Amino acid sequence: MSKKFLALALALLMVCACLTGCGDSSSSSTASTASTASTASTDESAPEASADGVTLKIGGTGPLTGGAAIYGNAAKNGAQIAVDEINALGGLQLELRYEDDVHDSEKAVTAYNTLKDWGMQIFLGSVTSKPAVATSTEANADHIFFLTPSASSTDVLGGVENPLTETIEIPRKDNIFQMCFVDPNQGSASAQYIYDQKLGTKVAVIYKNDDVYSTGIYNSFSTKAEELGIEVVSATTFTDDTSTDFSVQIADAKDSGADLVFLPMYYEAASMILIQADAVGYEPTWFGVDGMDGILTLDGFDTALAEGVMLLTPFNADSSDEATSKFVSTYKEQFGDVPNQFAADAYDCVWSIYNALKDEDIAADASASDLCDKLIAKFTSSDFSYDGLTGEGMTWDETGAVSKSPKGMVIQDGAYVGLD
Amino acid sequence: MSFINNLINGISLGSVYAIIALGYTMVYGIAKMLNFAHGDIIMVGAYICFFVCSGAGLSPILGILAAVLVCTVLGIVIEQLAYKPLRQVTSLAVLITAIGVSYFLQNAAQLLWTSNPRIFPAIFGNGGVQLGGDLTIPYKTLVTIGACVIIMVALILFTGKTRTGKAMRACSEDKDAAQLMGININSTISLTFAIGSALAAIAGVLLCAAYPKLIPTTGSMPGIKAFTAAVFGGIGSIPGAFLGGILLGVIEIFSSAYLSTELANAIVFLVLIVILLVKPTGLLGKKISEKV
Repeated sequence: MSKKFLALALALLMVCACLTGCGDSSSSSTASTASTASTASTDESAPEASADGVTLKIGGTGPLTGGAAIYGNAAKNGAQIAVDEINALGGLQLELRYEDDVHDSEKAVTAYNTLKDWGMQIFLGSVTSKPAVATSTEANADHIFFLTPSASSTDVLGGVENPLTETIEIPRKDNIFQMCFVDPNQGSASAQYIYDQKLGTKVAVIYKNDDVYSTGIYNSFSTKAEELGIEVVSATTFTDDTSTDFSVQIADAKDSGADLVFLPMYYEAASMILIQADAVGYEPTWFGVDGMDGILTLDGFDTALAEGVMLLTPFNADSSDEATSKFVSTYKEQFGDVPNQFAADAYDCVWSIYNALKDEDIAADASASDLCDKLIAKFTSSDFSYDGLTGEGMTWDETGAVSKSPKGMVIQDGAYVGLD
Repeated sequence: MSFINNLINGISLGSVYAIIALGYTMVYGIAKMLNFAHGDIIMVGAYICFFVCSGAGLSPILGILAAVLVCTVLGIVIEQLAYKPLRQVTSLAVLITAIGVSYFLQNAAQLLWTSNPRIFPAIFGNGGVQLGGDLTIPYKTLVTIGACVIIMVALILFTGKTRTGKAMRACSEDKDAAQLMGININSTISLTFAIGSALAAIAGVLLCAAYPKLIPTTGSMPGIKAFTAAVFGGIGSIPGAFLGGILLGVIEIFSSAYLSTELANAIVFLVLIVILLVKPTGLLGKKISEKV
């Protein structure tokens, strides 16, 4: 009797889990169909419009659950807004599907295969670097066009020389492109910025050495810092398993007299460092990278601690620019949050792909490989440039890296303020 | 100076391990079962306290009480649903079930509360006792150590002096004989889980007061470290858990300060292996004499 009851209870739980699990995706898809239907005028015309035009299937993977979920969901939502806007224009139609990779390489490959089975023709890559290194290799082998919003490691693109070993460890994957700055660009730009603005003379760096994003930025930062004569007095590390206690790293920076601490990491770990440094009364200038974006919306975090934190980021949600304010208000309306840089990057990804394809002649059953050739040719051609939320006149070359300029931002009164 | 500073940091970290280890070791000592879900009950406790304090804006005392209450009920429910039906089978099956419960709690928390990190409020303030110079012992460390000592003494008195406590020890020594003496095994073991879960709730609040990042996997790594601390000090021994926790924290901080931040965990486990080779039952573990 009790066993039967238990079995029943467990079965019920599983059903509940399935229902709740699906809740999110179904609600977002209804939201998207609702907005397409409303703009494409009458009831049944929506599916027909896409049938006589061409519908392209765009996929992406990102951490929709887990510690990095804020990035995955932001990218998914940003991409969804772009897709809705494009579908409302009529003509070329897009269908978007995001799969969860939990910021894990193996799960990302599984998610990629799920998308391939679904019939994905263009891939928005993975949102975070570690999984993107894995999925970019797969997409390269399958020749599916890959444009990641935010996976900034050079290992995603391949073909970049490691400054420490001076060899190209991963050959260039010709169909892989990035919307965000590549890590070395961020690291050296940060060093340059610190040098130009004379923000600090003795610099400490705390980085996460089991993460390609963090180590990539650190490597290029330290190379550039040496070149410019910035003294790096303390460089300490942590890993995923040791990302709660930073007393040793903070003490090392403090004891070595660093007046600026560079934090090339995501905001979760950075928030712990700010809290723990505050507890021991250490107040250097903090300098972050784009992963710092999100720290102000962290639930329960005292934003006063982030006061004066500087970072380089390509997107400013407070900008008065028309496109940005329209995007921000749509995002707020649909998802209830202020979009971060990841959402803007994903939005730009979808629009730049659309811009590259809208004048092309695309067959209804275009293969992923044909589209890939078309897109590579278009993205690397000298006359293609794209103005988006995260930069004006963005261009790409054969390396796959985007060319746009980072903006310096500082956190003042709980909001990002542009420095220039 | 920096040596003493590191020592204080080590003790701060160790005191958190110690309080988690107390719950682990108590359940093991009595139910002879490794409750791997302990770390996740800690996480649930921390979330409950977070919602009461930060969400509803009530006082931290109410938050701790609510956390203790919810976790105690949760502990009893888990025990009834997952562990009780397995009382007659091998302990390996129960161990695997405990791992299952651990994943279930983590994923349920992710569905309920999402995986967006939350910052736990500093309920004991950010200050500390000044020792002169740059040295400060944070209040949260003092509270954690104080709580450890109180819980330790209470547990020793409870299992040593009260009738229920004696029944628990009887169960741990020989279940069948205890049953013949008229002890209700089921309710005794349920009570053990209830107490263990209440301790987990307190540990959760103290863990997050010290290291405020709250996510559904908050409890898992400290849980594993605390389990290590319990084994280190001799699993089943209440003072051993305290000693093991503090030592583990100090070793971890010293190895990351003086040797390598990357190898800190490796060194911690290396020390554990060496200790277990020399003293297989841990620092304060009881000698087990096999009856022939």
